[in-house]
Amino acid sequence: MEYWEFHVGRADRRQRALLVGSAVFVGLVIAATLISKGSTGFQWIVSGITVGSIYALIAMGFSVIYSSTRVINFAQGEFSMLGGMLMYSLSTRGGLPPWLGFIFSVLIVTAIGAALERLTIHPMRDQSVITIIIITIGIAIALRAVAKWIWGTDPVKIASFSGDSPIRFLGAAVVPQSFWVFGFAIVVVILVFLFFNRTLLGKGMRAAATNSDAASLVGVSSSTSSLIAWTIAAAVGAAAGIVIAPINFAGYNFGIMLGLKGFTAAVLGGLGSAPGAVVGGLVLGVLETITAGVFPSGYKDAVAFLILILVLLIRPQGLLGRAEDVKV
Amino acid sequence: MLRVEKLSTFYGNIQALREITIRARRGNITTIIGANGAGKTTLLRTVTGLIKARNGLVIYEDRDITNLQPNRIVHAGISMVPQGRQVFGDMTVAENLALGAYVRRRKERAEVRQDLDMVFGLFPVLEERRKQSAGTLSGGEQQMLAVGRALMSRPRLLLLDEPSMGLAPKVIQSIFKTLHRLHEQGLTILLVEQDAKIALETADYGYVMRTGRVALEGPADELLENEEVKRIYLG
Repeated sequence: MEYWEFHVGRADRRQRALLVGSAVFVGLVIAATLISKGSTGFQWIVSGITVGSIYALIAMGFSVIYSSTRVINFAQGEFSMLGGMLMYSLSTRGGLPPWLGFIFSVLIVTAIGAALERLTIHPMRDQSVITIIIITIGIAIALRAVAKWIWGTDPVKIASFSGDSPIRFLGAAVVPQSFWVFGFAIVVVILVFLFFNRTLLGKGMRAAATNSDAASLVGVSSSTSSLIAWTIAAAVGAAAGIVIAPINFAGYNFGIMLGLKGFTAAVLGGLGSAPGAVVGGLVLGVLETITAGVFPSGYKDAVAFLILILVLLIRPQGLLGRAEDVKV
Repeated sequence: MLRVEKLSTFYGNIQALREITIRARRGNITTIIGANGAGKTTLLRTVTGLIKARNGLVIYEDRDITNLQPNRIVHAGISMVPQGRQVFGDMTVAENLALGAYVRRRKERAEVRQDLDMVFGLFPVLEERRKQSAGTLSGGEQQMLAVGRALMSRPRLLLLDEPSMGLAPKVIQSIFKTLHRLHEQGLTILLVEQDAKIALETADYGYVMRTGRVALEGPADELLENEEVKRIYLG
């Protein structure tokens, strides 16, 4: 599987039918919401896209590591949690201007991600993928414990980047932070895209994802690819956590749900496919907020897991992914 | 230039190479022939670091390179054209060639450019198709691309694994003609091939492998006349 290829062009009939079907379904849900609820419905969709952009970014973190190493990093949500909590300490409490707090938080989490890869993943590189996945679960638990120790158990409110007074936008009241979320999501997606398509390093990682032997033979080092993948995943995860934290409350366990939702988005779009991650994140975000509006909001999280179960049962390769033979 | 000393490689408990000793002399074309499953591919994969050797040594230019990571081997000046070509199908011809120069430094850009022209000189069809995705090329063109990609790291030793596999006789002829030209330019070549005839006609020296061992070795023209080789591999 490749990061940046839409498989739609070469899709088989079933995949096309499924894609069209899903698009029609999501379209109908959105249309029904807009017609029956009017501007309230539009409001839901806007917040769905907001939270969906975050799921998309986290899903990209999963995809980048998965494509390069076949590992599912269950500590992905914790990178977002750390980003949000560091932002709280540096900016909300520490008084740094938001942009500076953002940069420092991302840098610190990125360094943590790279260090974790070298200290815990790299030494185990000859072990099976399952072993490494279990290590990532360990990392997640450890990071949560450290965060609990530093920041305590109470959720904290993180200051928005530019105030909280809603902006009227096509009849909906949108908090300014939502625009920051959209903006960051777009910038991050473009940066990751450029990295994988325009730089030799990124192309080498794509090559390793499609044919690891041939990539090794031109000199791509799997160890370097793994390090870069973790670095990117940590940076993207941190950025996602920081921009969403002012909308949700953040706390030491804020990464669990974000991680699981991001994972669902990645699986929905097709694990390993970056466009899939974006599509999966947006679809999940919108369906989730609409459900929360129509049904009691406690069912919100159930949507994600219902989707996860359905996708794994019906189409484990996701909407934009391609079936892959697993060699034993 | 390359010395393999008593190399043994295992897949789990199955021994694929049994104390193989071979030499590839500088400026020569050395070939390894043998039936399917004789261990030829395993030998190349062990030399390039894709599989780990359990015993034995790989010495390249008087340096022990046994069990180095594949990227270190490429840095050392060895490049391999893998079996079945293994081009990056979703990338363009130009991107495949650029990845061939992956290990080279940024300041070598001018030389990389020259090498690209050299590859396009050897295989003009690649220049015509440089924006086409590699997966859409014909088998012969993919083989040319695989050779071109391997040359882009500017190797001193080129390993080829079954370059004739699945290709039409005319295409095979043209690939081997190119190998001959590269040899004349001073490149050292180690060629693994099932097609014993064309391999021995091209090479200076040959080894015959059977069930993980070297069964026979000698100058290529002598092997061509050897009764056993004639009967089993040329027949």
